[in-house]
Amino acid sequence: MTKKASSSSKETDSKPDNDKFVWTRKDLVGLDELSAEEIVHILDTAQSFQEVSTRSIKKVPALRGKVVALLFFEDSTRTRMSFELAASRLSADTVFLSGKGSSTSKGETTLDTVRNVEAMGVDAFVIRHSQSGAPHLLQDKVNVPIINAGDGQHEHPTQALLDIFTIRQKLGTLEGVRVAIVGDIAHSRVARSNILGLKKLGAEVVVVGPPTLVPSTITAMGCEVSNSLDDILDQVDVINMLRIQFERFASNLFPSVREYSSLFGMNSKRLAKCRKNVLIMHPGPINRGVELTSDVADGPNSCILQQVTNGLAVRMAVLYLVSRGRE
Amino acid sequence: MIDILITNGRVIDPASGRDEIANVAISNGFVTKIGRAAPKAHQTIDASEMIVSPGLIDLHAHCREPGHEEEETIATAAASAVAGGFSTICAMPNTHPPQDDETSILYVLQRMARAGKARVLPAGCITKQREGKELAEMGMMLEAGAVAFTDDGTGVASTIVMQRALQYAKMIGVVLMQHCQDPDLFGGVMNSGAVAVRLGLPGIAASGEEIMLRRDLELVKRTGARYHAMHLSSAGSVEIIRQAKAEGLPVTAEAAPHHLLLTDAACMGYDPNYKMNPPLRSASDVEALRLGVADGTIDCLATDHAPHAQEEKEMEFALAPFGIVSLDCALGLYTKALIHSGLMDWPEMLARLTVNPAKIIAPTLGLLQKDAPADITIIDPKKRWTVNVNKFASKGRNCPYHGWKLKSKAVTTIVGGEVKFQL
Repeated sequence: MTKKASSSSKETDSKPDNDKFVWTRKDLVGLDELSAEEIVHILDTAQSFQEVSTRSIKKVPALRGKVVALLFFEDSTRTRMSFELAASRLSADTVFLSGKGSSTSKGETTLDTVRNVEAMGVDAFVIRHSQSGAPHLLQDKVNVPIINAGDGQHEHPTQALLDIFTIRQKLGTLEGVRVAIVGDIAHSRVARSNILGLKKLGAEVVVVGPPTLVPSTITAMGCEVSNSLDDILDQVDVINMLRIQFERFASNLFPSVREYSSLFGMNSKRLAKCRKNVLIMHPGPINRGVELTSDVADGPNSCILQQVTNGLAVRMAVLYLVSRGRE
Repeated sequence: MIDILITNGRVIDPASGRDEIANVAISNGFVTKIGRAAPKAHQTIDASEMIVSPGLIDLHAHCREPGHEEEETIATAAASAVAGGFSTICAMPNTHPPQDDETSILYVLQRMARAGKARVLPAGCITKQREGKELAEMGMMLEAGAVAFTDDGTGVASTIVMQRALQYAKMIGVVLMQHCQDPDLFGGVMNSGAVAVRLGLPGIAASGEEIMLRRDLELVKRTGARYHAMHLSSAGSVEIIRQAKAEGLPVTAEAAPHHLLLTDAACMGYDPNYKMNPPLRSASDVEALRLGVADGTIDCLATDHAPHAQEEKEMEFALAPFGIVSLDCALGLYTKALIHSGLMDWPEMLARLTVNPAKIIAPTLGLLQKDAPADITIIDPKKRWTVNVNKFASKGRNCPYHGWKLKSKAVTTIVGGEVKFQL
């Protein structure tokens, strides 16, 4: 309680002023273009916002009068809720557009849809899209800040930021931390953003999965590749288990969910071979019994729910920074 | 009095090896004399400091008509061709409906005549509707004026269909031109590799091109038919063709300007003007293709001119269509890739743009000799200019070379003894 009181007194004006760093970016489309300094600035800003969620009135006036448009051309529940809540805690209004039932299903291009919403007068876009590069397409053509909430198989920067935030919270640093990312790396925007962000902050990354789901050329992004989960268990501080998409099974990229789980699933037997304080992470939603058995998902090494909580603070930070960045 | 006299140009005829300063006399659509004489002419064109070449021939252009006249028409493609120095282009049959019967071939020829610019020689489909199932009426299309057959846009996937097509092509003495791509290994939108992985875009591996090429060459061995491999994109394909030629197979190949100049790294900004099929590959592929052109493994330079509406290219990378336009600026691009890089001289490059493609589809063309049809391109090899897509004669603006500074340009294009373009 005392800790909370002290931090809240510092934050009452809702203007986090960590170090002297000045955020200048209009958009957050990926971690690829961010410097280590910028990433740390987002994490620090998120940390200062975390306290807001513990207040009885969970709101600061930082973005009062601003409108955040959530354009979800691809379905999402938790990322959408997290962004909506984050916006609401900053006192912004939100409008929501989903890909289904919108004009995109009537043949309007993404660019036209976004330009139309911009013409209505909004202050920021949060965009989720099934196509890699969709935010890049829009970036130079709209004047309003764009936050990428996941584009195809390319990047999901806020997810990686919350993963990194969680690791920093638990381990105190990213420097020298070894992180394994396990699963369908080829089709994962979470994996790409994590690799980019973790490397920039000095962590080491090994991606793990069958060769049909782990492209060998991903080493160009600075990570290692392993096709054996068992081989790396005792070498890492963090294991981030990616959700397996069942449609990959349909496209014959692995023989069966059962076999996938036996080779690349995390269970108590495998956990016993890990470092004692290994962090078990998952971007959710979990397929219980596939990527993780329930005892691991709910066990003491799991920080899966903390990731979700931290996601809110990270998204508040990102919304705050891009909306206020150019003022 | 003759019709046209081109004076004092460096006359290059790759077929005969002529390369000298001379005058070229044209009458009634034919070259009547090449030499020192300067007969009186209705029109005299001073070609001092210029190269006088046989008209350039492009084996691979998409004219979009019928079906997508908003993207290009036979008339605009032909205008784009002559503006780029091409007196002849081969029209790909992946129109809507496709050029897969006699009537559709006659339609292209009629439109070409009406446009009155470049020669637009139609290719017909190998299979009906380009579906890869039933053979199209190649014999009747040939009678109507088709000069080659291809299902370009896709390769003929079925081995037995391809074998029969080659047998048939052998019988009627035509060339089959294949877009080599195994459909099982397709599904991507750019080259497989580190860039695609980083961008989260599905890849198209070079193996998909090479596997179909190898299969086809086995069939060529068995049937003896003439075979032309379109727009090669990989080092492996160049080597496969090199070996096939060493074995004496009746095989030719082409390369497109983008594969000689650009790599998949250009896709980093998700600009669909770098999306083509086959895709841009690595720097070592570019190098191998250039060397393949230089040593003659790749016989021809072909644009794969592929116009698309601007709104289609303002889409998400994976949703945008494949292809770019380049007829207007191809000559400068080839010069940059092959001459300015020191790989070859003008006569060698012009062979790959004139007599070599002519041998494949129209052997009477591609020559700058007495009694040959007067298809002539006058090139200013020192002309410096900046590519501006908004000045293209083509309707297409989907072109990654906008703003590029090039050196060398066609200044006059003569087709059948008539000046069709003059800068």
